[in-house]
Amino acid sequence: MNRTVQKSLFFIVKSVRTSPSNFAGKLYAWRGLSTTPDPHTKVCIVGGGPAGFYTAQHIIKGRPDVQVDVYERLPVPFGLVRFGVAPDHPEVKNVINTFTQTAQHERCRFLGNVNVGKDVSVDELRQVYHAVVLSYGAEGNRSLGVPGEHLSGVYSAKDFVGWYNGLPYNRELQPDLSHDTAVILGQGNVAVDVARILLAPLDMLKKTDITQAALDALANSQVRRVLIVGRRGPMQVACTIKELREMVNLPGTQPDMLTDDFHGVNEALKDLPRPRKRLTELMLKALKEQAVKGAHRKWGFRFLRSPLDVLPSADGTRAAAIRLALNKLEGSGDEARAVPTGEVEEVPCGVIISSIGYKSLPIDSAVPFDPRKAIIPNTMGRVQETTGLYCSGWVKRGPTGVIATTMNDSFDTGRVLLQDLDSGAIDLSEARLGAQGIAPLLEKRGVRPVSFSDWEKISGEEVRRGEAQGKPREKMLDVQEMLSVAWS
Amino acid sequence: MAAAAAARVSVGHLTLRISRVAPDCSICPFNRLNVCRNAITGGTKGRALDRFRTPNRNLQTSISHYHLADHSNAEDPDDVVNVVYVDRSGHRIPVRAKVGDNILYLAHKHGIELEGACEASLACSTCHVYVQGDYCDKLPDPDEREDDMLDMASSLQENSRLGCQIILTKELEGIELTLPKTTRNFYVDGHVPKPH
Repeated sequence: MNRTVQKSLFFIVKSVRTSPSNFAGKLYAWRGLSTTPDPHTKVCIVGGGPAGFYTAQHIIKGRPDVQVDVYERLPVPFGLVRFGVAPDHPEVKNVINTFTQTAQHERCRFLGNVNVGKDVSVDELRQVYHAVVLSYGAEGNRSLGVPGEHLSGVYSAKDFVGWYNGLPYNRELQPDLSHDTAVILGQGNVAVDVARILLAPLDMLKKTDITQAALDALANSQVRRVLIVGRRGPMQVACTIKELREMVNLPGTQPDMLTDDFHGVNEALKDLPRPRKRLTELMLKALKEQAVKGAHRKWGFRFLRSPLDVLPSADGTRAAAIRLALNKLEGSGDEARAVPTGEVEEVPCGVIISSIGYKSLPIDSAVPFDPRKAIIPNTMGRVQETTGLYCSGWVKRGPTGVIATTMNDSFDTGRVLLQDLDSGAIDLSEARLGAQGIAPLLEKRGVRPVSFSDWEKISGEEVRRGEAQGKPREKMLDVQEMLSVAWS
Repeated sequence: MAAAAAARVSVGHLTLRISRVAPDCSICPFNRLNVCRNAITGGTKGRALDRFRTPNRNLQTSISHYHLADHSNAEDPDDVVNVVYVDRSGHRIPVRAKVGDNILYLAHKHGIELEGACEASLACSTCHVYVQGDYCDKLPDPDEREDDMLDMASSLQENSRLGCQIILTKELEGIELTLPKTTRNFYVDGHVPKPH
């Protein structure tokens, strides 16, 4: 035997010898096959998105005696990872694997299809759990506050994203895409996601888990030009470089920007911190290249503009244009403020998508809520003046950041909760019923929870439906259908 | 001979194990041995095995450490690379690894808290590390996608890299990797945390 073969054989034998025991041990630990008694400490998490699962992960890992129950309004888990992350970003959705592992932990239970605040109150949860963590995110959106924003043809990015990602509540949105120009208000990553989905080649989207309804609508879309409007300048743009680069490289499209918007940017470049510098350089590159490209689909930023009002079509039924106030900047860098110059510009457009931010809503009158900041007032995740009540994710710090931000934030809340368990700040002397205490209430109210294995049935069916079309999955859009598959 | 016999006897286990390994896993030794594809045809469609596959894909997160069970138990001294992690509280953790090991998964194997939210697909910066000393120059330059993700990492420094992109070579013997104090990350609204 030569040396390589010898080494290989040794390796195989070694793997065979070591792996089954290794694997089985861990697997058993995760699959709930151990014989440990019912954990004493009962923690409940409201919301099955990234904040909920990352908080659960940290708590489960931190103490061996904690049972964590994750309540979710929909029958399906993962929140904005399923319904927010763009369908052409499957790599971002890899976090689902971590969440699945948490959900399958023997001391974790997923209870989908339970709407906390309606089916069961936060006070009822607090009576049967030692601690309750609110991680229900931000389901509302900030409104533009301008005349005409309720005209047909004006959508919130939240609804638009929910529509192409198969969020049941947005199923009926059916945006009218029979117009040449779409204007997106806001320049964050959500805005850029929407622009990309509107202009992406269909072949690119066909391989994703975008809903078939959205795919059909996009196939018939007449949108050829997408303008992404922000009130400040290029050096304050809110999106990040990955998303901008995707736009720059989007096949069949070319940038459409205004040279005037970049006045003084070249000179300021050298003093910018690295991330802002690279982002700005990429924009300047796009600006330079737009003259030589000849694509018929166009996208571009429009800087230093704030919406004044949406103008109706002649018959008054729908949006036909948007009026923008031109701004100038006072100050520089991140602190720069947009100040109107008095000039006004009218942009004809049939589609207007407002992407100026999500907003958390109060869940229950028993929970404090700061309506101005639209968050639950808290100190490091401890809800103010309420022992045993915590929050994490967007409802804790506001709707900014990506999954990694929420991960750190949720770990922080988890850490604080564990500290309170260790220090005795949470009274553990009394046994609590946990989910057992909630089950009779739900039964009485005609609510049947969806378990994680029920969800796996839904998921399996979605994957099966997707396979037929060469997609990773075809999402179910109807809650009743999800339930019937879950309980089949 | 004994080794060959053992391999033959255990062939059932072997198939089971391989089917739990993602076929596109470039760091999987079975890929290197070029037996992945042959072995994986042996019935991954079975439901029982499907159940194994889901948890397996998570092995690249910090709550599970058994993915590389066999990767870094270096047997061949020629392949050994000594690595030091400095964790978030400043503790030095020396680790014996081997050529080909990936800094993210190696951390998981040794229980070092480095997240890998996107599973090394260059879609996050949760495995951000600082590469100490002149080891930075010994690494291949980051590609554009890694640089784009690093731009979103907090406390970005000259010696910042993503752990998932560092693959050990003999030249990296003694490499020291410091975990940033926090991985607080990037913001949809474009807010860039101020450098400290």
